[in-house]
Amino acid sequence: MSRLLTLLGRETALAWGRGGGPLVTVGFYAGVATLLPLAIGPERERLAAVATGAAWVALALASLLSLDRLFERDYEDGALDLLTLSPLPLELACAVKCLGQWIATGAPLALAAPVAAIALGAKPGLAPLILACALAGGLAFAFVGGIGAGLSLGARRGGLLTAVIVLPLFVPPVIFGGGALDAFASGLSWQAGFALLAAYAAAAVALGPLAMAAACRNALS
Amino acid sequence: MIRSLSLKNLSVRRGGRLLFEGLALELAAGEACALTGPNGAGKTSLLRAVAGLVSLEAGEVAFDGVDAETARGAGLHLVGHQDGLKPARTAWEELRFWSLWCDGSEGSAQVAAETLELTPLLALEVRRLSAGQRRRLALARLLAAPRPLWLLDEPLSPLDARFRARFGELMADHLRRGGLILAAVHDPLPIPARALEIAP
Repeated sequence: MSRLLTLLGRETALAWGRGGGPLVTVGFYAGVATLLPLAIGPERERLAAVATGAAWVALALASLLSLDRLFERDYEDGALDLLTLSPLPLELACAVKCLGQWIATGAPLALAAPVAAIALGAKPGLAPLILACALAGGLAFAFVGGIGAGLSLGARRGGLLTAVIVLPLFVPPVIFGGGALDAFASGLSWQAGFALLAAYAAAAVALGPLAMAAACRNALS
Repeated sequence: MIRSLSLKNLSVRRGGRLLFEGLALELAAGEACALTGPNGAGKTSLLRAVAGLVSLEAGEVAFDGVDAETARGAGLHLVGHQDGLKPARTAWEELRFWSLWCDGSEGSAQVAAETLELTPLLALEVRRLSAGQRRRLALARLLAAPRPLWLLDEPLSPLDARFRARFGELMADHLRRGGLILAAVHDPLPIPARALEIAP
């Protein structure tokens, strides 16, 4: 356990600096949220209608930013070899790496999401649910994204390949989270959408590391 | 504890090219073997195959005393050209992490750093280290978390004469304690070692 906590500390610190870390990710997110009114128009009603959905999609895109480096640096500098030569299964190391990615970029994005949505015109009462959806969705994005990062190891323009692999897998959490937020905003039951989002995140956490470890072993061999 | 390493009829193919075939080696506790051969002959691939990181075309790698999974998880160290060190982290952060990851401790990491005269460098970021200092930091992992089988890829090449001799003493100590060393080299090892030439 202490070994995993040590790895988590290291991975969080590395993810904090990877690709500019959370500042760049949140900055990108804020940039996308700022561009939307310019494209859609400044009318409050039109913006409010798309605020939560737009904030949610922007969050999914921002989550992609540093994913391609999740395993690539370890692959290039030999750290992945050394992580493999351990009594702990590589699957656990992969899971901890994704958790570090989530702590360093997913959680800051989740904190920024309600602010962006309210700035775009969403009702302030939506903020707690946006935060909860962004936390659960961010976990799903990190673990599903890890699969793409593992599969694109060693490929030229791996970042692009990661995005192509991962974006279709982002569709369910985007639908579930967006559905829950829409339902809440309309005064309908939001619990089903949030439960599906949480279930997807749980499945990603449980199954993602198996696929990531297999992809990493394949890339190493 | 690994009592011996046995390579039987080993063949490895990389990128569609057969690097070597029918390779055999028996290495007992307390023995070292120097792998020699021209660039691209497959020395690094052989080390990685022993570590289980490269799949075999044919043959078998066997560890007497433990099963292969245990041997690879807790019985061997691999020090290659890629040392797994992160440029933005300090030397101490990296040595401490790899020591703990490999079942060592903070105390053993400090002793290893002292042994390889790294203590004054521990606060520096890895990116600030010279190639030789960086190699000493990678080699310190061998001492911080002792494991019986050392797989070394050109371990001495960036080291100066003094640290080549120092690491030679450490390798001799390791062999005296029943360790095994398989090292890919271009220059002779500073310890008595068998030689295995890998020819394309």
